[in-house]
Amino acid sequence: MVPFKILVAVCLAYVCMLFMVAFAAERRAQRGQIGWLRSPLVYTLSLSIYCTAWTFYGAVGYAARSGLEFVTIYLGPTLVLVGWWWVLRKLVRIGRSQHVTSIADLISARYGKSNVLGVIVTLMSVVAATPYIALQLQSVTLSFGVFASGAPEGWATPDQGATTLWLAGGLTLFTILFGTRNLDANERHHGVVMAIALEAVVKLVALLAVGIFTVWSVAGGFVDVLARIDASPIADWPLAPGRWIGLTFVSAAAVLTLPRMFQVMVVENSDERHLATASWAFPLYLMLMSLFVIPIAVVGLQALPEGANPDLFVLTLPLTQGQGKLAMLAFLGGFSSATSMVIVAAIALATMVSNHVVTPLWLSLRRGGTRAPGDVRGLVLMSRRLSIAGILALGYGYYRLSGGGAALAAIGLISFVGAAQILPCLLGGIFWRGGTGTGAALGLGTGFLVWLYTLYLPSFGTGGLLSETLMTAGPWGIGWLRPQALLGIDTLDPLLHAIFWSLVLNTAGYVLGSLATFPGPVERMQGVAFVNVFDHDPVARGWSRGGAEAEDLLAMSQGILGAEEAQQFFQREAEAQGKAGFLPETTPDFIERLERRLGGAVGAATAHAMIAQFAVGAVVSAQDLMAVASEAQQILEYSTQLEAKSDELARTARQLTEANDKLTELSVQKDAFLSQISHELRTPMTSIRAFSEILMDRDLASDMQQKYAGIIHDETIRLTRLLDDLLDLSVLENRKMKLNIKVANLHDLIDRAVRSASNIRPERDFAIRRDVSSEHMPVVTDTDRLVQVFINLVSNARKYCDAPRAEMTIHARQRKGGIIVDFIDNGSGIAGKAQTVVFEKFTRLTDTARAGGAGLGLAICREIMANLGGTIAYLPGQGGAAFRVTLPIRPGGRSDNADG
Amino acid sequence: MTPPRPPLFLARQSYRRRRMMDAARLWPLVGAFLFFLPILWHTAETPQPDTVWGGLYLFTAWTLLIAGALVLSRILSHSDTREQPGQMSEDEAPGPG
Repeated sequence: MVPFKILVAVCLAYVCMLFMVAFAAERRAQRGQIGWLRSPLVYTLSLSIYCTAWTFYGAVGYAARSGLEFVTIYLGPTLVLVGWWWVLRKLVRIGRSQHVTSIADLISARYGKSNVLGVIVTLMSVVAATPYIALQLQSVTLSFGVFASGAPEGWATPDQGATTLWLAGGLTLFTILFGTRNLDANERHHGVVMAIALEAVVKLVALLAVGIFTVWSVAGGFVDVLARIDASPIADWPLAPGRWIGLTFVSAAAVLTLPRMFQVMVVENSDERHLATASWAFPLYLMLMSLFVIPIAVVGLQALPEGANPDLFVLTLPLTQGQGKLAMLAFLGGFSSATSMVIVAAIALATMVSNHVVTPLWLSLRRGGTRAPGDVRGLVLMSRRLSIAGILALGYGYYRLSGGGAALAAIGLISFVGAAQILPCLLGGIFWRGGTGTGAALGLGTGFLVWLYTLYLPSFGTGGLLSETLMTAGPWGIGWLRPQALLGIDTLDPLLHAIFWSLVLNTAGYVLGSLATFPGPVERMQGVAFVNVFDHDPVARGWSRGGAEAEDLLAMSQGILGAEEAQQFFQREAEAQGKAGFLPETTPDFIERLERRLGGAVGAATAHAMIAQFAVGAVVSAQDLMAVASEAQQILEYSTQLEAKSDELARTARQLTEANDKLTELSVQKDAFLSQISHELRTPMTSIRAFSEILMDRDLASDMQQKYAGIIHDETIRLTRLLDDLLDLSVLENRKMKLNIKVANLHDLIDRAVRSASNIRPERDFAIRRDVSSEHMPVVTDTDRLVQVFINLVSNARKYCDAPRAEMTIHARQRKGGIIVDFIDNGSGIAGKAQTVVFEKFTRLTDTARAGGAGLGLAICREIMANLGGTIAYLPGQGGAAFRVTLPIRPGGRSDNADG
Repeated sequence: MTPPRPPLFLARQSYRRRRMMDAARLWPLVGAFLFFLPILWHTAETPQPDTVWGGLYLFTAWTLLIAGALVLSRILSHSDTREQPGQMSEDEAPGPG
């Protein structure tokens, strides 16, 4: 017998190990080493949270009570997974393309990003999950109790209620630590998935171990077990067709609609191809989990005393056989099943609550301040943490209210039927474009109420939440409204009755509501995007034109995605549009992508609402247009015009802002320039003054006089050159340069430049490599100025190239939109940081072999090229210093980005 | 602007792939047939115990279904990667230039 303290210690150690695994996986993922963290195997194992404590303990109990019927709960998911090509493939694709965060998000996104539906689905899911979480608490409490009852020293254990409370508290803490450490953009939890994959292995191994022990150690092998089954109370198989089909159907529905299954199957899916593996591997897992259920049930019924709880045979059978270690393993398996379910379910539900209830509520309360909502991340995380606690509290409440005495399977099925209510509008949403939000709300509402009335409320027992008279005579004595015999049909058993009526009325409400109403524009667009998800080009866009300022959007996104993440996203988008910096054009495509990205963090409806604040005019008029114009072409035309106009306005505003920024910046630069220039002028002046003072000394030797006069002369020349350069620069910068446009052969110009530059450090051995044949092309430009640029580049190389055998490659070619000339030397090049400042005024990178330049050469080059309508840029990664001169074929047309 | 009409007849490989998709769609129906077949046995009315045979039948059918799904998923995911090697998710679509 295992003492209670050791049991608790083992549990804690196990949880610590899970936490470490999750932490390690999280760390790996952060370093970008996703690798096997996201393999098909891990994906399949993570799906196994379908098998909760209900499977681990409850299946045997179910089998001991009603034989083979337990297997329907696993046949349904098997059919869904095997039929992945129908539904799951589409769901996963939609989930990925729409950045869906939960099942409520999916439904809300499909039906026009309506938050009302999100709230309904969230509410239903939370209510439906409470019995399920209660089931997990109950099973772990019972399993603790098993160890308690047999203890010799009477056990200083707390009573059952206290155990459950401790358990609920511990799980809350654990889930919060696990699931809300960060607000992932795509809502993927690498750590959690890894931990539940591990738990999946533990529970499978534990159940198989107990099964093998039962068949080959307690019983006398396979044949003996078959004989025992024949002799057992469940030897006959009273197959009731209604229940058989109904339960298979409900479990098939539940595997699609349970929030936690949706979380691991769709939200956490990282690669669609994993689904192909899961399509056979997960059914295999289910089959292995079910394989020994009947043998354990039969042997348990025979070996254990009358009245033993069959829900606990997995634990009590090894215990009575004196197999403490095996029982411990089984206990851990059950513990795994319960914890993994509670963790994922709580995370999924908390995401739904925070995305569909708390965040929208908070945003609507903060009127006016919503455009730059500050740090929403903190709010979202906190609301998720509180939701997790709330959900576990509800589960605990259900456990206390229901008394904790019911069979595990019976409790689980209540949840299943509740979750299955989402099925009609889910399937309708992905296969039928005609489904509308009103229809979905009607169907969901009807199904939910019928489920509450016929199954959920009666589950608290007669005299619980529904009075005895209501159960037997109906409300106000109306017999055909009895909860378990609607319309007077009392031939069905209560469960089947609830499945039948709730789903029939649900579907009817959905279909009739959809047929009778007309969907809004956003709804219709989303309908197409969902139903035709496999068509490559999405025809419709949610935002017909952008009315938003990129800067505002960035400010808002930073609050949700985090500063770094948001800036990265914006920069990437700007880059894709061919813009530098962080602010892309607010094209409809961009806004669409941004919305989906935000949706990945806070859900589609909230993201849509947040973006709508910035583009509110755009949305309203899009809807008006669609209502008025039936011809799509008309809409397109008009909206293009509007788009152009609003784009223009937005551009103008942005240009103004940019201009203003530039002016401010220029004034700063001017100050810096003045101080620089005084410094530059002062240095030669100082030496001129010093040497002229020496010259004033009469008795100076004449050769010394000669020398000092020479120095003064050199310094004045330097001063003059500096002043010339400055004048030149100021002319160039003001774009007042008179262009003397001529036609010339590029080859000749390069020749000229190379020749002129050869007097710089003439003593140096400097090879120039050119591909002469490619240089022959006509250029129409101010040739003298262009040659000046070339001279500068070549002489710079002569001055600064530090290779022992200095060498320069000049490479010219013509590309669409311009002529490109590269000057590449074989020196050590310019360090990355200096590359950005090399074209600034007074930049001198080294003092070695300094030839008296003021650091204006490249600045002048840049200005010249700008005047000529071309560019000059530093070309990194060429093995030496490399400059690219780009020149338009004809003067006047600037060639932006010709070097890209 | 009308989209180009898809071809009416396909090359041999694409044809095989289409038929495998059909098979993948039909396979759960086969599963449902196998799982619901015992309903026709009227096990509740027959006097002899049938849990043993029923159980053996169900697990055999289950194994068969899994094996079939394994083969189908292999074929489908194999041809899937071969047919669309350059398919990218929108996140990694390259920008112009």
